[in-house]
Amino acid sequence: MNFDDTPAEAEYRQRARAWIEGNTFDFRGEFVSGKNFDPIRKWQRIKHDGGWGCLHWPREYGGQEASQIENLIFSQEEARAGIGILSVANSITLGMAAATIMHCGTQEQKDAHLEKIARGEKIWCQLFSEPVAGSDLAGIKTRAERDGDDWIVNGQKVWTSYAQFADWAILVTRSDPNVPKHKGLTYFLLDMKSPGVEVRPILQASGGSDFNEVFLNDVRIPDANRVGEVGEGWGVALTTLMNERAAIASVFPTNFDDIWSLTHEVELSNGPAIQDGAVRSMLADWYVWHKGMDALSLRLQSALSQGREPGPEASAGKLLLGARRQQYLEHAFDLLDIGGAATSAYDDGALQFAYLRVIGNRLEGGTDEILRNILGERVLGLPPEPRVDKATPFNEIPVGR
Amino acid sequence: MQFNFSEDQEAMREEVRKLLAKESTSRRVRDVLESDRTLDKDLWQLLADQGWQGIAIDEVHGGAGAGYLELCVLAEELGRTLAPLPFSSSVFVAAEALKLAQETPVVSSWLPKVASGEAIGCFAIAEGVGGAHWGALKCVAEGSGGAFAVSGTKSVVIDGMSADFAIVAAQTNGTPGLFLVDLMDGGVRREHIDGIDESRPLACLAFDNAAADQLGGVGPAEIDQLLDRAATLMAFEQLGGASAALEMGVAYAKERYAFGRQIGSFQSIKHKLADLYAEVELTRSNCFMAAWALSSGDASLAEAAASARLSASKLYFNCAKENIQVHGGMGFTWELDGHLHYRRARLLSAALGGSTYWRERLLTALSRRNSSDTRAA
Repeated sequence: MNFDDTPAEAEYRQRARAWIEGNTFDFRGEFVSGKNFDPIRKWQRIKHDGGWGCLHWPREYGGQEASQIENLIFSQEEARAGIGILSVANSITLGMAAATIMHCGTQEQKDAHLEKIARGEKIWCQLFSEPVAGSDLAGIKTRAERDGDDWIVNGQKVWTSYAQFADWAILVTRSDPNVPKHKGLTYFLLDMKSPGVEVRPILQASGGSDFNEVFLNDVRIPDANRVGEVGEGWGVALTTLMNERAAIASVFPTNFDDIWSLTHEVELSNGPAIQDGAVRSMLADWYVWHKGMDALSLRLQSALSQGREPGPEASAGKLLLGARRQQYLEHAFDLLDIGGAATSAYDDGALQFAYLRVIGNRLEGGTDEILRNILGERVLGLPPEPRVDKATPFNEIPVGR
Repeated sequence: MQFNFSEDQEAMREEVRKLLAKESTSRRVRDVLESDRTLDKDLWQLLADQGWQGIAIDEVHGGAGAGYLELCVLAEELGRTLAPLPFSSSVFVAAEALKLAQETPVVSSWLPKVASGEAIGCFAIAEGVGGAHWGALKCVAEGSGGAFAVSGTKSVVIDGMSADFAIVAAQTNGTPGLFLVDLMDGGVRREHIDGIDESRPLACLAFDNAAADQLGGVGPAEIDQLLDRAATLMAFEQLGGASAALEMGVAYAKERYAFGRQIGSFQSIKHKLADLYAEVELTRSNCFMAAWALSSGDASLAEAAASARLSASKLYFNCAKENIQVHGGMGFTWELDGHLHYRRARLLSAALGGSTYWRERLLTALSRRNSSDTRAA
């Protein structure tokens, strides 16, 4: 148990900090969620050229073969320098698409894609969820049919983050509707410039457009872009999802510093908020959660550094994030009283944005309800719900509207 | 950086768990709970034979000289089995108080006895309801040169019935300090008080000019430090108890059938248990942070200990009550072990002070930290 840097880690941190300070750039004017992805590509390229990109990857794919701990130190220093958001926004490409290709892809696929990802040349998105299959991901309908050396894909995907900027996608399709749902899936890598791919941004409740609808009309994919065997796409998709949950839980802040400042600035009818008993009680609970989340994330990183894949435990971190973050942001708003109805009431609307964006935390990458199923069944070993659809051929499963 | 226990520490856990699973059974918890016995002496001796009471006491004082992390592992495992022993009072509090004090004959004579298990210490701080707020102690110590006489009443004292000596918080000329009183000496009256968890019996200790040795160099700051250390160690004991209660609920949810299926297949049960699992992992993370601060002497111990304490107290209560709920009517019977955890959870949450008290300690520590950061900047 040691949360301190070793001398070698401290030295690495110093070098990382110095390099980041010398190479960071001002992207505030440029980077607006859902509007422009250029700063993200740019930062990835700068990191790669400077020898700090994809630190823990093999050198042959553009990495540095650094340890997971060194990778973590670099991320912490990026966050400290205020540029971490650019790497975080690229986590679908790096943490999910690249991780899946690395684990499940063919040598040709690794050679074709990983180095381009490392250099910031290609941004990826994840074509998984569909209008009638989100939590029930194995119920997707997007159809892939074999045609010579190609597959023809037809269907609709939804909730696809950053599809409007993506060059490539990881894609799950149904290749055989005549077998039970988990057995008829096949996983592909899709060039988003392929004819028949249409992206439509979704206006979110938070006002932004991180998410999109993606329509696939007679899209042709070479069989060489298939990942895993035909019909074994579910196993590949699970690899992606485990990496996704680990990524989301470590991406969103716990906002403790915001609420701490707020309670020192706001005056309530009986004095400064920080002196109010109920506020103090809330603050204490919030801090305990905030520090626990910090340490939990470090524990997951530590497990990764010992060569373990992110397991179902990563779902615990994501489950602990959303609902509580939402509850605490509600407390924070309450402190602002009537004034809190105005977007400009505090910190240029950052709190207001977080209050709206947090809605998504409980839905993206597995809803709270699905995560509880995963923890209950795969960690605690509880029996699954009786399921009417598990052994039934997909095309005979009852559907509603 | 390494954010978990080492392989050696995990190997030690395996050994401890194996031995305790065999020896520290719920039958033995009940033997103390249902009788006038104040502890399980054979089990206490078994632990002493392993050197566990002295695991984090240095070799000069008869201990094993291992670190706090080993003691954290031990605490968690003892918590799992609900061991009916005054381990936390004697080892987490009394021994740590002696370790914090200046080396004097009182330390060099008592600490080895604690390390060997020959003597049992308890912590006499509370003076009635709200007892953790030790700023205004009624108990007084008079004397000089280390030799004092203590007068006043301490209640409740957890494990006070099985203890040989007490670490007593008392004030001298308005300043709080700690004093060691041999409970076998004159001037001490000890009475059993009925408690929520009779496997860890409570006492009221009345001192009437009882001979006392001052723990040198221990003032308010050191009392705070003692509470931080004890809270960290006890958080692991609570974490162990909570994990065991959750496992009990999970096991029952797998074997009990209703409406033609295992009840654990219903989401109302499954999701409840999944939430508790996530809470266990969150608390474990808080505990790790505190264990690290404790073992490395880091300045963040005050915040980390309070966080671990608050997290673990809430967790053990939640796991203990929901385990009973999952068991349905059977959970409310004396026969089922559910109430043993429910009782112990409450006792441990009370020992060292309740959550309201610890929230204030946490915020005080954060404010102190924040203002010193500001100064540094």
